[in-house]
Amino acid sequence: MSTTVRIKTLKIDGHDIGAREDETIMAVARQNGIVIPALCHVEGLAAVGACRMCLVEMKNSPRLLPACITRVEEGMDLTTNSERLIKYRRRILELLFSERNHVCAVCVSNGHCELQNMAQSLGMTHVNVPYLYPRLPVDASHDRFVVDHNRCILCTRCVRVCDEIEGAHTWDLMGRGIGVRVITDLNQPWGESESCTGCGKCVNVCPTGALVEKGKSVAEMMKQRQFLPYLTLMREEQR
Amino acid sequence: MSKPCLATVWLDGCSGCHMSFLDMDERLIDLAEKVEVVYSPLVDGKDFPEMADITLVEGAVSSAEDLEKIKHIRQHTRILVSLGDCAVTANVPSMRNVLEVDKMLREVYLEQVAGQPQIPNQVVPALLPQARPVHEVVKVDVFVPGCPPPADAIYFLLTELLEGRQPDLSALTRFGK
Ligand code: SF4
Ligand code: SF4
Ligand code: SF4
Repeated sequence: MSTTVRIKTLKIDGHDIGAREDETIMAVARQNGIVIPALCHVEGLAAVGACRMCLVEMKNSPRLLPACITRVEEGMDLTTNSERLIKYRRRILELLFSERNHVCAVCVSNGHCELQNMAQSLGMTHVNVPYLYPRLPVDASHDRFVVDHNRCILCTRCVRVCDEIEGAHTWDLMGRGIGVRVITDLNQPWGESESCTGCGKCVNVCPTGALVEKGKSVAEMMKQRQFLPYLTLMREEQR
Repeated sequence: MSKPCLATVWLDGCSGCHMSFLDMDERLIDLAEKVEVVYSPLVDGKDFPEMADITLVEGAVSSAEDLEKIKHIRQHTRILVSLGDCAVTANVPSMRNVLEVDKMLREVYLEQVAGQPQIPNQVVPALLPQARPVHEVVKVDVFVPGCPPPADAIYFLLTELLEGRQPDLSALTRFGK
């Protein structure tokens, strides 16, 4: 067991904060009641820094840092919520909305979607880039679940939860750039997957209406995310 | 002094946004004292006025007629408001955007009908290749997301604009509401 964990001192939004050297800016900020927005990050899963919503500013550095995968360092002076950051976050959201077909009005996650909530909280009232309206499939071959690629934001939460918590690794990514898609097994229909246990964890961590339970109405399709930190904790105790 | 002129227009939408406008209920009487409704599916005026102070646009720009209308209206409006998700994002009408117009018309009017197959080409305006948000076509001054935006949001929008303020609607509406 390691005996010495060093403590670093830094500033976040003007507050003096002490943190363990192995912690990320995101974790330390949250412990201190400072909310940094994120779409791909979820407590209990490995951080990947995919969505870039959590970018923060560091004094004397021209680069923005993704808070979910950047460790704290001595003397950091961080800002999590400047006008500039909000502008960038809004632009990232606009790109997410424009890349696929997020028709909120006919989505089963309308009203409890993290993408929609983020747009509202960042004051994004419209999208300034042209919508692409790609033609994307919906796979309803699974007995209980549906994947609607029109609403996927490629956060990879499903990939990580299935791999890291369920241990099935049914999900993965295929393709490049704007053509990336989440796939089940080797791009086989989900319903034919031999690795999927049907546990539903991917559905519950998905921030949007991309993964949903079949036959559920808008009022019924509420996602349960509290179980994740709990499951991770229980596993660590068993080790 | 004459009252400010309010116009509302209905492009490719379901009229739900106009229904939400009517949902302001007794507050409509308040409003009627403050504005003159000069052009709208809800009143009888046939021609768009020389200048409207505020125009609320419902619906996406989907047809040649929508395009012509909105361009004309933009030139004759001081404050143009995209009202509702169809105007703001193209929303439900945009669900056809992944299809080709010709193929879609053939399928709907020729292949899937029992009798008298024909593609309508008189009176009804030609569809554009895709339904687009209003601001991709003309400049929009205020955006009001929501499907439809709630009556409270519309009332707040109008009273703020009439006071000369830029309304912050984030507490009252969002995409899909
Ligand atoms: S239901 Fe469970 S096993 Fe199947 S893909 Fe989702 S997380 Fe993996
Ligand atoms: S399906 Fe859902 S959880 Fe998976 S990458 Fe897409 S948005 Fe994220
Ligand atoms: S935004 Fe909704 S309510 Fe308004 S016209 Fe479009 S579909 Fe109808």
